[in-house]
Amino acid sequence: MVRDAVVMLGHYPVLISVNFDAFEGEVVYLYGPNGSGKTTLLRLIAGYLSAAKGQAMVFGLDAKADRRAIRQYVGYLGHQAHLYDDLTAEENIRFAQRATRSMEGDPLEIAKDLGLSPKTMGLKVHKLSAGQRKRVSMAIATMRNPQLLLLDEPHAALDEQGKDLVDQLMRRYASSGRTVIVASHEVERVKAASDRGYLCDRGVLIGPEVNPAKGAPRVAPQLGGAGEVDGLSP
Amino acid sequence: MIRDALEIAKKDLLIEVRSKVLLNQLLPFVAVVLILFGFAVGTENRTLVDISPGIFWVIAFLSALLAIQRSFSIEAENQAKDGLLAYGLEPGGIFLGKVASIFFECIVVEVFLGLGVVFVYGMRLNSVALLVVSAAFATLGVASVGTLFGALAAATKVRETLLPLLVLPSTAPVLLAVTKAWEDGISSRIGIGDPWLGLLVVFGLIYLAIGLVSFGSVLED
Repeated sequence: MVRDAVVMLGHYPVLISVNFDAFEGEVVYLYGPNGSGKTTLLRLIAGYLSAAKGQAMVFGLDAKADRRAIRQYVGYLGHQAHLYDDLTAEENIRFAQRATRSMEGDPLEIAKDLGLSPKTMGLKVHKLSAGQRKRVSMAIATMRNPQLLLLDEPHAALDEQGKDLVDQLMRRYASSGRTVIVASHEVERVKAASDRGYLCDRGVLIGPEVNPAKGAPRVAPQLGGAGEVDGLSP
Repeated sequence: MIRDALEIAKKDLLIEVRSKVLLNQLLPFVAVVLILFGFAVGTENRTLVDISPGIFWVIAFLSALLAIQRSFSIEAENQAKDGLLAYGLEPGGIFLGKVASIFFECIVVEVFLGLGVVFVYGMRLNSVALLVVSAAFATLGVASVGTLFGALAAATKVRETLLPLLVLPSTAPVLLAVTKAWEDGISSRIGIGDPWLGLLVVFGLIYLAIGLVSFGSVLED
């Protein structure tokens, strides 16, 4: 839940009085031109940025004060890969597994599901293509099975097969009761997989547009209001 | 926190082994500066031996700056720092891990540099214990301050120039104390009872404590 949030970049407001909700088991998409504030909104929800005014609550927790607690429920796939160039793809995944204490799953198996071969996993990240890096980042962002998945331009740099994988992932997350918020320029593609969408325009959020094929949200709001979701209460 | 620190230190040292920056850039840098000082002062000159502790520590501090810069540039590439935050690692653990890896790299440089000042400059080692222990605490102090300011500078666009401006003045007392301790260590046999060593221990632990307490807010904000 984001209420009247203003985010400043220096003296420049990047988000202006934004109100935003996401519900359990739905995919919400953000679209709009470059620099309109989509990434900023995702980073605000992930706790990487603070609102100068207003409030951002995730699972009933304040996105600024409780950001470390929130992050254990959030998977974030950003523009940047968040990977170490001098380590192999497998070493990056293993490091993330140890750091997040999510040791389930062999990195090679996780990567295979995302179309990465063992040979690719043995390469240093700086030798991977942008699409392969994106797949490694996706493996890391989803390895903890987060309750909330934030995807920033997940289709960028991916081939058709990779884009389909992202769409399948979003559907799988939503169908298992988790929430996906996705910012993308592939509007038609994400629209089909989403329940609702917001237009970002020069820092202002317009919407939501409800996908008629999907109908209204299935469950009461998950983001906002402490104790609304079992197991996620602070 | 200790577990997080070990993960970070292991990861940083593995990146170091893979990238070979220490071997291919830092050690050659140290060798070049050591030789240049020799040319400037004159190897036949007795002065070179007398000022060798000062030369050693100036080179060691400059090398430490490079190691600190490198440690945070790997987090800036691909915004890997955001990944560390997303993994939910303890800020104190990240701090200790960074300090440990920088400390280790600095010690490698100092051993190499030590061989240089002994064999090229002819520096004597009368109290090895004092030299080793004072070097360890001086390195701890520099690594702690450097890690804290490295994270601070990494968040700016002028990180390369800002870091020395922050670190060098803050570690000036450490540079002074360790140089004095080393002067005592090469000229006499005072040993670890040297008063400068006491000062280094205090500085090292204070810097470590300040870093542990404040690193979280520096990293997040």
